[in-house]
Amino acid sequence: MNDDHGRYQPLSYFQLMEVSLRELLVEKGILSEEQVHATVQDMRSRGAERGAAVVARAWMDPGFKARLLADGTKACQELGLDVPALRLIAVENTPAIHNMIVCTLCSCYPRMLLGLPPEWYKSRPYRSRAVREPRAVLAEFGLALPDHVQVRVHDSTADMRYVVLPMRPAGTDGWSEERLAGIVTRDCMIGVAVPRAAGAAPRP
Amino acid sequence: MIERGHHDMGGMPAGKVEPVEHDYEEWERRVDALMILLSGIRGGNKRMTVDELRKNIEALPPEAYEKMSYYERWVTSITQTMIQRGVITTEELGRKMQEVQARERDGAA
Amino acid sequence: MNETVQPSFKPGDRVIVRKAWPLGHIRTPHYIRGQVGSIERLCGSFPMPEELAQQRSGLPAQPLYRVRFLQRDVWPDYRGGADDALEVEIFQHWLDPA
Repeated sequence: MNDDHGRYQPLSYFQLMEVSLRELLVEKGILSEEQVHATVQDMRSRGAERGAAVVARAWMDPGFKARLLADGTKACQELGLDVPALRLIAVENTPAIHNMIVCTLCSCYPRMLLGLPPEWYKSRPYRSRAVREPRAVLAEFGLALPDHVQVRVHDSTADMRYVVLPMRPAGTDGWSEERLAGIVTRDCMIGVAVPRAAGAAPRP
Repeated sequence: MIERGHHDMGGMPAGKVEPVEHDYEEWERRVDALMILLSGIRGGNKRMTVDELRKNIEALPPEAYEKMSYYERWVTSITQTMIQRGVITTEELGRKMQEVQARERDGAA
Repeated sequence: MNETVQPSFKPGDRVIVRKAWPLGHIRTPHYIRGQVGSIERLCGSFPMPEELAQQRSGLPAQPLYRVRFLQRDVWPDYRGGADDALEVEIFQHWLDPA
């Protein structure tokens, strides 16, 4: 196979395994190359913008926000978002509470809403330390929270998946829903950042 | 350690979180897609559960777990699961891997 | 046949996570076993992950709860807000009344 510069690179053991497994499954009629390709494209199309749309709607519409907090999956579907097999719980940031999401045991993440998770979310340092010293981890992301704000860490250990509903920042009065969605980053929905009205957030 | 799985790392000491962004390679995306389809999502033929995926990752020796990348662990686990489920045999896998490797070499020649 | 176990707990109930370390695939993290918390909500009932991992049905489905713990209870050296919390999804078969 060729790398990004068109140079030949031999397949690694694991890449060889992927090709072999896939070809065997196709030969046995369990799946098709077309299905694999379509699924790859589908996952590629899922990203933070989908979650941002949900957050922006919640900021604009208190009824939707209430429905989102009651049943996250239904609320996504209400916006026409296809989220197969997702059981979503939205947790709300308030002036008194800041939420943060982790999966200590593996890397559970609301993939069908937000797409594939960032590498750091799946890393040993994040998975180990987020539950034990969340404030130190948040500080590493540049987020310092006052002592009076309660930090709540959610460990995704079972069938539910989580998204943080951040607070709407000051300085956004009169903004359109689209403009609001533009300041909601993936990191805000994991809980390691907060949306800012002025300029772009320092991280994706 | 048997009592505490190597994957069960909540609360263990660790270094700084490096905010690495990973540009997924195509083969990694294909592994991800295999898992979605084999779980019976998106019209796939359900042949395994995410619980088996996790169990087989957790069964990796600690050194392998650390050395392997995320999707290297996934492809190993999915393949292991397919063998456990009897969907493929070890022999079939070995033959296919030889075939693919030979094809690659010939293609590069 | 009833393929679901009836929920034993309701929001607000104090519960203790079982102190057991069996072999196999477990979704109750090591760090939370033996800890006392309170039920935040019932998420629904789902097949047991320990059993699904072994290619079994995991039925009867077990109630799954979100349980809230105080960080200062879980980590003796916790240095953060006194009300900082940890919320973990735990299956009923891992919980006893506290």
